[in-house]
Amino acid sequence: MAGNDEHTQRPTIGFRIMGDRGLLVEYGHTIDEAVNHKVRSVAAAVAAKPPQGVLEAVPAYRSLLVIYDPLTTGIRRLQDYFRRLEKRIDRIAVPPPQTLDIPVCYGGDFGPDLDFVARSHDLTPQEVIALHTARTYTVCMIGFSPGFPFLGGLAPELSTPRLKTPRTRVPRGSVAIANSQTGIYPLESPGGWQLIGRTPLKLFDPFAEPPVPYRTGDRIRFTSITDREYRRLRQEQFS
Amino acid sequence: MNTLLVIEPGAFTTVQDLGRFGYRHLGVPPSGALDEFACRTANLLVGNAPGHAVLEMTLAGVVLAVLAPVDVALTGADMPVRVNRQPVDNWCSIRLAPGDLLRIEPARSGCRGYLAVTGGIDVPPVMGSRSTNTMAAMGGLEGRPLKKGDLLACGAGSLLERPRKVPPAMRPRYTQPVVLRAIPGPQDDFFTEGLQRLFTRPFTVSARADRMGCRLEGPQIPLRRAMPESIISEPILPGGIQIPADGQPIILLNEQTAGGYAKIATVISADLPAVAQAAAGDTVVFRQTDPRIARDLRRENELRLARLREMFSKKGRGKGSV
Repeated sequence: MAGNDEHTQRPTIGFRIMGDRGLLVEYGHTIDEAVNHKVRSVAAAVAAKPPQGVLEAVPAYRSLLVIYDPLTTGIRRLQDYFRRLEKRIDRIAVPPPQTLDIPVCYGGDFGPDLDFVARSHDLTPQEVIALHTARTYTVCMIGFSPGFPFLGGLAPELSTPRLKTPRTRVPRGSVAIANSQTGIYPLESPGGWQLIGRTPLKLFDPFAEPPVPYRTGDRIRFTSITDREYRRLRQEQFS
Repeated sequence: MNTLLVIEPGAFTTVQDLGRFGYRHLGVPPSGALDEFACRTANLLVGNAPGHAVLEMTLAGVVLAVLAPVDVALTGADMPVRVNRQPVDNWCSIRLAPGDLLRIEPARSGCRGYLAVTGGIDVPPVMGSRSTNTMAAMGGLEGRPLKKGDLLACGAGSLLERPRKVPPAMRPRYTQPVVLRAIPGPQDDFFTEGLQRLFTRPFTVSARADRMGCRLEGPQIPLRRAMPESIISEPILPGGIQIPADGQPIILLNEQTAGGYAKIATVISADLPAVAQAAAGDTVVFRQTDPRIARDLRRENELRLARLREMFSKKGRGKGSV
């Protein structure tokens, strides 16, 4: 009953049923920039003029979750809406991505897994830092915890599996790697990613507007800072 | 004005309303009362709007000293209530006076009790909600569960003119096994044998169940051969039945927005209150249903609440003020 819809004319759009108030619209099956751009286009169109009964639309890597009121609308009507939207997807105005620089103090107590990541790839820790700071990453999705960005575009040489046993406590600001993704823990939480550094920036502030300084589709670059710069910036951020 | 003093905080008691909405795209989960029916009913019983903040208690209840006149009502889990040692009924309004001691005892059935107070628990809203999110340490009382010595203020509201009561026939009963209706998907195509097991075998609620998810123990739910152990992370909804690598299902609840494991089926929204009331050790069985039946059941729930609202409004509201 759920699963990919085989009857759509365009094979790229698929629907999955999430209970009686969620519909997952899929635009591809891989982590791919073009697919993510499509998701963001559709999310922008829904946000600009939500169809009747749609309460929230949440963009992810390759899919969009539509949360709806089942007493106002239904699966059929929503599927029709997204098929129609698909036809004019290229004409949807998507907000231009912003680029944000995030300072990171790599290694030491801040990045307890930096050496492991380096050893697993026959690199020195300095080479890992150079590779990690050389790229511009795309925020493919924000989730797991408030403000946690799943970043696409990691150098393949740095791809490292998750820890076998997740840590019960990952400090706030930790910058980490899991498989082909990199990300940042904006809050202290449990976590199984490899920790390579820490940013002093406050990336989730419920009293700020916006509460998170980036959105899905934005770009992130990491810059390497010293311990001393870390302490100074942290004081600025949290005082 | 401070109305209640926490003498005993219970096992895990938080301030919750109907949730924090519109921020999932930033990874901010809805939080909110897990048993929405009980929360809304408790508010109706004391003359509040359905979304006023209440206390959600887990298995063990609170002991509160009353500092100012207030109406309260306890719904949800069957937790015996005493005022100054005298037993009083739940699912009805209770008038309290300064000096009273309200004692809520451990649940005899169900898992989560909801205590509404006149005017709602008055804490500052954060991102549009008073719900407590303990991971982000926001909402409720400094984003944490209640502790001994906390003072609780109530918002503006009027005391009831006449007591209110939910007729016994309209109160949910938390019996065994807990029957949960679920719609296959979003990743039902990842399973074959697993679907069969999910809908035919009983499961037990794990002691590790919390507001993130209701963890179950039981027969292992296998993925179809050659299916990946994890999926590209995607948004989730409360009720999603996630199957992690160990094959033991987790019914996702209100404290996360994304997940990287396949979800075999989704508990319908009308049955989420029953998930909230499933306690460690309880037996859970799943029954397959479809979106149309789910919608009708949801409508029935709304009608039940509308009937209560109508019943109470006929009997009139109070004039006394707090």
